Amino acid sequence: MTTVTDGAVRATVDADRALSRFSPRLDGDFPGWFTDFRQAGFDWAMEHGFPTRKDEDWKYTRLEAIGEVPFVPAAPGIDHRLLSTTIDERVGDLGGPRLVFVNGHFASECSRRAALPNGTTVTSLASALAVGGEQLRWLSRRTPRPYRHAFSALNAAVAEDGALIRVPAGTIIDEPIELAFFSHTGGIPLVSSPRSVILAGPDSAVTIVETHAGTHGDLYWSNGVVEVVLDEGACVEHYTVQDEAETAFHLALMDVRQAQGSRFRSHSVALGSSIARHEVHVSLEGEGSEVDLEGLYLPRGDQQHDNPILIEHMAPGCTSRQLYKGIVDGGAHGVFNGHIIVRPGAFGTDASQTNKNLLLSDHAEVDTRPRLEIFADDVQCTHGAAVGRLDEDALFYLRSRGIPEQEARGVLTYAFAREMVTRSPSAVVRARMEHLIADRLTTGANEPVMDSRLTSEIRSVKGGRSK
Amino acid sequence: MLRIENLHASIGDNQILRGVDLELKAGEVHAIMGPNGSGKSTLAQVLAGSEAYDVTGQVRYEGRDLFALSPEARAAAGVFLAFQHPMEIPGVGNLYFLRTALNSVRKERGLHELSAMDFLALCREKMKLVEMDQSFMGRSVNEGFSGGEKKRNEILQMAILEPKLAILDETDSGLDIDALRVVANGVNALRSPDRAMLVITHHQRLLDYVVPDRVHVMAEGRIVSSGDKELAVALEEHGYAGVGAEVQASRRSAVGVAP
Repeated sequence: MTTVTDGAVRATVDADRALSRFSPRLDGDFPGWFTDFRQAGFDWAMEHGFPTRKDEDWKYTRLEAIGEVPFVPAAPGIDHRLLSTTIDERVGDLGGPRLVFVNGHFASECSRRAALPNGTTVTSLASALAVGGEQLRWLSRRTPRPYRHAFSALNAAVAEDGALIRVPAGTIIDEPIELAFFSHTGGIPLVSSPRSVILAGPDSAVTIVETHAGTHGDLYWSNGVVEVVLDEGACVEHYTVQDEAETAFHLALMDVRQAQGSRFRSHSVALGSSIARHEVHVSLEGEGSEVDLEGLYLPRGDQQHDNPILIEHMAPGCTSRQLYKGIVDGGAHGVFNGHIIVRPGAFGTDASQTNKNLLLSDHAEVDTRPRLEIFADDVQCTHGAAVGRLDEDALFYLRSRGIPEQEARGVLTYAFAREMVTRSPSAVVRARMEHLIADRLTTGANEPVMDSRLTSEIRSVKGGRSK
Repeated sequence: MLRIENLHASIGDNQILRGVDLELKAGEVHAIMGPNGSGKSTLAQVLAGSEAYDVTGQVRYEGRDLFALSPEARAAAGVFLAFQHPMEIPGVGNLYFLRTALNSVRKERGLHELSAMDFLALCREKMKLVEMDQSFMGRSVNEGFSGGEKKRNEILQMAILEPKLAILDETDSGLDIDALRVVANGVNALRSPDRAMLVITHHQRLLDYVVPDRVHVMAEGRIVSSGDKELAVALEEHGYAGVGAEVQASRRSAVGVAP
């Protein structure tokens, strides 16, 4: 007879066994400090264990599904049957500097170097460690933050590679730098754990475009961490396209720290994965820093997209803005969990948070949880959340003009999403995002909702359904 | 062209149309007047295919059962409703909307679809008709448009879609005299022997510009009186009660006849 206690014990044993698969590989060519860093991550994960649904922040994430698969960390080396054209098709190519990672490991043959301003580093972490590992010791000192949870600790434990981008003071890079993370398992359930670091020096400016994709039908788990550090007056424009295989798991953490007067803007579009968690943690550490996060999630079928956002106002006069929109179809589940903390002393804080959701089916589900914790005076915080359906009157209006019902639904749905794209400052990235979104929202329709020739004519349109 | 017989429409327990009979021939313009709540807008919405109402009775349009057609199929067959309250649709560009509508209708009518450039040329020409500025094309459908701009946009859509049966639901209300003239010109430009129009209005003044062949008075969900354009003039002078409409005293105050 099985008792509850037995079950609990067995679960712990299983979790330990699962965790032990993540013990750091020691045969790599890594400097001592990096090995210590990895060991510390592993120890932290062993000590704290995986989060469960009893943890407030993990309440909605279907973690059990991940636990059921015997994932193993992906080793370096690329499956040569995987063509670079396949990667290009799935992740696109903006034509500029580009780092491609396959299963979390740098794939130089698919990457592209480009002329960049003097002193700029755009490379893979593994190659930087192999060349001058001891000089990179500062990396571990720059990231003294406690782990958010076992997944980010596990990322550290098995981290071997990722992007390393360093923009020197006063340097402005116009061309977007592309980071493509592609997964291809060859039948073995792999975990890829890229760990990327983006350092924007004082008064520098850079645009980063991250794309996550994988071979359709492959079972893999992408467990990436990106750290972004903005020095005084730095400006970072960040884009993420999450277009993983719909069989995959995607747990991402973007950890951002901002010094005085810096500005971070992020635009993300999420399409793929069975279960995806797009976690963002921003610390506004320096006075007058600004962050602007925009996210669009489009789960369908039985996908789950979870967006845990934490913004900490730690210094006076900082501004944060969040706009997340979800379009949830089929039996999918969208989650927005936005948390703003205004620390003591962060007076003059201006924080706003908006989450709007459109449900396209009776079985679609959305949980939206705005949370504000304010420990300072003279603070302005607003938040709002909405969940709605397509406006039947608008639908009738379009149909009365001859637009077939399905297409009219597509037009209105796209209109809801469009606002998120039109704000993106980079034209090339905007075009890619528009294409991906239109493609997703008009699957089954005869022609794309947007005609590229007309797009330019109506680019000035602002808006989005306010429901 | 249009034959309405014993048309009833309701929302839940609220009976709005209580047996409307009306016949409209090609080339004719009929006006429908009547107090608020008499069912004029419901009639317009039902003819355009709104699914908000429970409907009984019969409507034949060019010999076909109109109720067998979806709203989009009615549009393709040539039915057009200029809405009393045109919808604002943020995020959908006006130009894109107009072109999608026209090409959907053309496709159903067996015509080739217009390219973006050809459409733009057509659109420019039709915009002159309603004296609409180019800048409206770059904006979202009706978003931030004034009342008059929305109504012009309706007439522009009508001019582009070239319907056979145009239903104008209080297109004149809220317009100043210049806008009224523009809208009336747009309507008159479309008058032709093979088109019919149903003009719903509160005011006789639109009928000075768009002269109707017949005027009907609606009250309590029925057409209670019909006549030629003199009926509209009589309404102006005597109110709905004065022309023998069976209007309850309580309704009289709602009469929207222009001062």
